Amino acid sequence: MSAVQAQESDLVESHEVVEVAASQRSRIVSGAVLVVVGLLCVFGFGLGSHAGYDATFHLSPPGASITVPALVAPARIVSIALGALVVAFGVWRIARGFSRRTMRWVVGVSIAAVVFSFLCWSLTGTKGTSLDLLGLLQQTIFLAVPLILGALAGVLCERSGVINVAIEGQMLGGAFAGALLGTIAHNAGVGIIAAMVAGGLIGVLLAVFAIKYVVNQVVLGVVINLLVLGLTGYVYDALMARDQNTYNTPPGLHAINIPGLADIPILGPLLFQQNAIVYAMYVLIIVIDVALFRSRWGLRTRAVGEHPKAADTVAINVRRTRFINVVVGGLVAGLGGASLTIGSALPFGKSMTNGKGFIALAAVIFGRWSPRGAVGAALLFGFADALQNVLSFIGTPVAIPSQFLSMLPYLATILAVAGLVGRVRAPAADGEPYVGR
Amino acid sequence: MSDAPVAEVAASEPKHTAPSRARRTALWLRSTHPVVVTVLAFVASIIVGGILIFITDTPTRKAAKYFFSSPGDTFSRGWHAVSQAYVALFEGSIFDPHTAFHGSFWHALSPLSETLLNATPLILAGLAVGLAFRAGLFNIGAQGQLIIGAVFAGYVGFAWHLPVVLHVIVALVAGIIGGALWAGIAGWLKARTGAHEVITTIMLNYVAVALLGYLLTENGFKRSGSNQAISRIVDGNARLPKLFPAPLRVHAGLIIALLAAAGVAWLLNRSRLGFQLRAVGANQFAARTAGMDVGRNYIVSLVLSGALAGLAGCSQILGTNSSITGDIDAGIGFTAITVALLGRAQPWPTVLAGLLFGAFQAGGVTMQSRTTTPIDLVNVLQSIIVLFIAAPALIRALFRLRGAADTSGQQLAKGWNG
Repeated sequence: MSAVQAQESDLVESHEVVEVAASQRSRIVSGAVLVVVGLLCVFGFGLGSHAGYDATFHLSPPGASITVPALVAPARIVSIALGALVVAFGVWRIARGFSRRTMRWVVGVSIAAVVFSFLCWSLTGTKGTSLDLLGLLQQTIFLAVPLILGALAGVLCERSGVINVAIEGQMLGGAFAGALLGTIAHNAGVGIIAAMVAGGLIGVLLAVFAIKYVVNQVVLGVVINLLVLGLTGYVYDALMARDQNTYNTPPGLHAINIPGLADIPILGPLLFQQNAIVYAMYVLIIVIDVALFRSRWGLRTRAVGEHPKAADTVAINVRRTRFINVVVGGLVAGLGGASLTIGSALPFGKSMTNGKGFIALAAVIFGRWSPRGAVGAALLFGFADALQNVLSFIGTPVAIPSQFLSMLPYLATILAVAGLVGRVRAPAADGEPYVGR
Repeated sequence: MSDAPVAEVAASEPKHTAPSRARRTALWLRSTHPVVVTVLAFVASIIVGGILIFITDTPTRKAAKYFFSSPGDTFSRGWHAVSQAYVALFEGSIFDPHTAFHGSFWHALSPLSETLLNATPLILAGLAVGLAFRAGLFNIGAQGQLIIGAVFAGYVGFAWHLPVVLHVIVALVAGIIGGALWAGIAGWLKARTGAHEVITTIMLNYVAVALLGYLLTENGFKRSGSNQAISRIVDGNARLPKLFPAPLRVHAGLIIALLAAAGVAWLLNRSRLGFQLRAVGANQFAARTAGMDVGRNYIVSLVLSGALAGLAGCSQILGTNSSITGDIDAGIGFTAITVALLGRAQPWPTVLAGLLFGAFQAGGVTMQSRTTTPIDLVNVLQSIIVLFIAAPALIRALFRLRGAADTSGQQLAKGWNG
């Protein structure tokens, strides 16, 4: 726009013109992406799969009292149909556009369609391959547990205005303390408490440095991660690796069947035949989601995270509120760490969190700082992780090297943070220390 | 240090108007000057590390079981473990009387050479992280950038066969491109979609590790006839020359690192681009108002940062090692973050920080082999130092220093929205 035009036209009006142009461009780009991905499904997964083969998905565990018949689908036709659906979404998006609310659903359905058509294709490698869909979903839950707990920890901290990059360290510390003390005490409960305390102590460290000493929170989080990595690695080498039996064989947790609910087909084995940590997680999800938006604590937390000065004016103690939230978040993340060792009866390993804390952080952002959004995002990342496990096990028609499959959760995280959410708005005071009181 | 000239002026004036020089020195020591804070953070980390060794040392814990009948045993065993570990740390990094007099003159310099060898990639990667810091970006993907840089440089090094000087230069350029590309992805994502670089860079680390794992199984990259995941051997022509005779391993990468520090110093403080980067880092909204392209600056700064990390990868594959393994990064990518933070994201202090942590790494290897203390202790020491550095107010409180509120931590303060 030339200078003369800018002078002639009203400033606000010209601003609006730019807005519309940008949104139109993004509409075309996102529509084109959907079309391309849909065509990939049609030609790659649809026509690429063996014509006569069926894709079989099992939905019942062996020996269940009520069995659900397996889902059998002609692989090629289903893949093509799902691909065509995604193409149609893309064309509609370019031609007419979707409202923001609908678009979220369109993206969700498209992802599901692409994944399903991919699964159909991957099952046509050899005739008669079947996929235990229930097992895949069970594994999704299993792998999502630490992510969900980590993400809840992130929501607790960040809603009160403290960025928590130290989730990784809190989970690692929790996994470590759980394995060490659980083994010494021969008691899973002690291990879980130790894990939560460890996470909470790292939370105290974070809170003291971030709130009292006003250290940059992202930098602080990364340094705390390195500290925990060093500490746990040191004790592991000095103590645990030398005598695995005495220090690093954590007791596991038994799965508890909830009477009645556990027998529901599909949902029963998926949700209600889990261990105590998972049930604790259900409770935490509900409590945090309700309390954050319906309780006095939640209102104060959000006020402190959005506008600390206003909160201070109405006599909310900003620093104390943040301190409590960060420490509680640490406890929750520590529980997430416990799920890695105690929850799965696995010994502690050096840097065993493997970026899970950062994926949980991405889930917080992807879920727009709401508990249920974060849980959804964590489930998605858990699914990506489970998918790569399952695929490396059953194999695909075109052999995908296992290393590429193992990138899947990380790539999904990048894609989610970059492509799907667009620009997000964090709590207004997130990461900004409050020096008032 | 800024007080030093003042002190000299004061000394030349009549005594009764100014405090004595000794008193001035004492006051300076109790100030929060960066050098004082760094030294105190170092001391604090050594103390914490000592406690850690004390607690985990097996003989000490055995003695602690009969602590009340003979408490002296516990302390003497513990003291033994702690002092042995720290002596080995010193001997591995500065001077080792055990080996110094058994060989040529060069043998005595061997620990120092190891320190410089370890410092080289740390300086380069530290500069990478620091440069991004100054532009307001937190690049924690030095690990991935280093790996991709090493893969590019290594591939050119063993797959191509070029004349003497040319080959090493082409390999270095390849490494720079590799690192720059990998960081450029994160920069582009940040500029175009607003994806936070802390998440994208760390995810790209894991992708790079997986990619390297895949390449190490592929023919053409993998060393044929080897059962291990190890690449082919880099040509002699593509290797960075050693700076000193035989036992000393320090190579020309050190000179590259120093040149890079000079280059970064010039870029940040003297060039127009550097001014833009710093302006965006200081306040992106003001920079945008002033007509700077913030998104482009994000990409440029991450590309430059990745290029430096790629050079660190070159130092690893063309200098220190001769073939790529899964462990080519050797923790440098993350130590680089602490190096940059200790160096306060300024080029020459980063070089000093790299030397200090290089000494830690070199000494850590000796410590691990001679005592029962694992090398992970070094990571603990480093992160504690940086933790203390990051909170000058804490150091002030711990050591009862005086000084006004320090806002040096604030220059890097950025939330998700920024």
